[in-house]
Amino acid sequence: MNVLEVQGVSKRFGSLVAVRDVSLTVGQGELRAVIGPNGAGKTTFFNLISGFFPPTTGTIVFEGRDVTRMPAHRRVALGMARTFQITEIFPELTVFENVRIATEVAAGYRLRPWLTPVENAELRRRVSAMLALTGLQEKADRLVGELAHGDQRVTEIATALATEPRLLLLDEPTAGLGDQETYEVTQLVRQLHRDRALTIVLIEHDMRVVFHLADRISVLDQGTLLAEGRPHEIAANRDVQSAYLGKAA
Amino acid sequence: MKPPRLLGRRTAGLGIWAVLVLAPFWMPLVGGYTALGTRVLVLGLAAMSVNFLLGFTGVLSFGHASYFGLGAYATGLTLKLLTPSTPASLLMGTLAGGLAGAILGALIVRRRGVYFAMVTIAFGQVFYYIAFRWNNLTGGDDGLRGFARQPLHLGGLTVDILHDATAFYYFVLVCFALAVGLMALLLRSPFGRTMLAIRENERRARFLGIPVERHIWIAFTLSCVFAGLAGALYALLNNFADPKTLHYSLSGDLVIMAVMGGMRRFWGPLLGAAVFVVLQDFLSSVTTNWMSFVGALIVLVVLFFPRGLLDLGPVRGKA
Repeated sequence: MNVLEVQGVSKRFGSLVAVRDVSLTVGQGELRAVIGPNGAGKTTFFNLISGFFPPTTGTIVFEGRDVTRMPAHRRVALGMARTFQITEIFPELTVFENVRIATEVAAGYRLRPWLTPVENAELRRRVSAMLALTGLQEKADRLVGELAHGDQRVTEIATALATEPRLLLLDEPTAGLGDQETYEVTQLVRQLHRDRALTIVLIEHDMRVVFHLADRISVLDQGTLLAEGRPHEIAANRDVQSAYLGKAA
Repeated sequence: MKPPRLLGRRTAGLGIWAVLVLAPFWMPLVGGYTALGTRVLVLGLAAMSVNFLLGFTGVLSFGHASYFGLGAYATGLTLKLLTPSTPASLLMGTLAGGLAGAILGALIVRRRGVYFAMVTIAFGQVFYYIAFRWNNLTGGDDGLRGFARQPLHLGGLTVDILHDATAFYYFVLVCFALAVGLMALLLRSPFGRTMLAIRENERRARFLGIPVERHIWIAFTLSCVFAGLAGALYALLNNFADPKTLHYSLSGDLVIMAVMGGMRRFWGPLLGAAVFVVLQDFLSSVTTNWMSFVGALIVLVVLFFPRGLLDLGPVRGKA
């Protein structure tokens, strides 16, 4: 079964059409990269999938279920998590608390006025496991706002993962990171994809990262889907070359 | 695992309770009187209820006097018209605050920032004018009189909280302790952490699966329950419900207490209320312009302790 089926979605802001009639299907366990020049509508497209706002037309189906008009928090409960281009975290809480909140919500505890000792111990175990997976154990008690940019980014990914998604949407996970940090985030994404067979859609500017990670690539340009295919097909595609290199050159 | 400062905080908490429990003994020695201590507790509880939203949910209410005042009037009316029972009147006052909060909260949780604050003021003034105009029921401008707190009957024991100011102080302290204990429990709970999440980053909270508006509504309603209880205690303290308790200037005072004491600290608003109430009591006996001195103090606090009197250390959490 396909994890994500997007059918002919458009998003109009006044007279601007940010996304125009885009269709896309992501299969189980696939790692799909969405690329395109600045202003191509990539983030708008992500916002449509994740429920930041509804599309003007078109449908979005997640694991066979129509989620087109579903509020964002319910999509998370169904198993769809995302990160943002500009890292969104809880800066004045510790790394542990950041991940703990996500874990508690995923466990269905968000309205609970207390936890039993057994529940609490199990919860701490799960938070610790997530910190170990993402390599954040050493920084568990640090305030996230005081961490380096790369660690903040990894914390955000860890909180998204703690919601136990079956589809992870990453909006430029390496944006603004140095080489070493980019490498670490890339390794984490690759590990999630290979070892956990997590379905991932990522927007990325860094072509080394894209060609290193992606199973398939979708190219957006001026709000429309320009091309889709395996990395080597996209690299050879003349439309893509002119959309990208035409500007770069 | 835990950083050592938590131990320090626990000691500080014990210290605060010791100061509060012993207040009737030490306050006269420094020129205070017991009713002043009661006033600090009551307004401290109200300021803490404001801070439940401001400091821990990141939502600024400029209308908490409404729920405080409704609690006061409901308490007075219960004693005057329904039943001469202090516990029943307290319950009615608390419920009145909570119910009004639940209804109005549902109308305003979609607003944010200054718009949220504006709407809370607007609704607050509605209650003020109702109390001001409805002479027959509320006593209008003169306030609601003709009721008094009643002795407590605990099993076979009767406690005269009407004439014994110290007994009434301890009665208020018990109510305060229950409310504040519940607040602390909530703030350490999974629900309390979703409040912190909303304060820290609403977008991230939403995309972790938290229905943000619903959680703000619950926090708002709980906060109004606490404000209603504080207002109820205030009516019992004065044997009088004043339309000024509904006025937005009191809402502003409560916000000032919270910010001055330290809105990121659990006990900050109580300290703010203590400073505010004691200064008011002292200065208003010296000059009618006492508020300008309080204003000057606020400016100094904001300049030199931007995070409130309880937070003397450097600003944390900024990279």
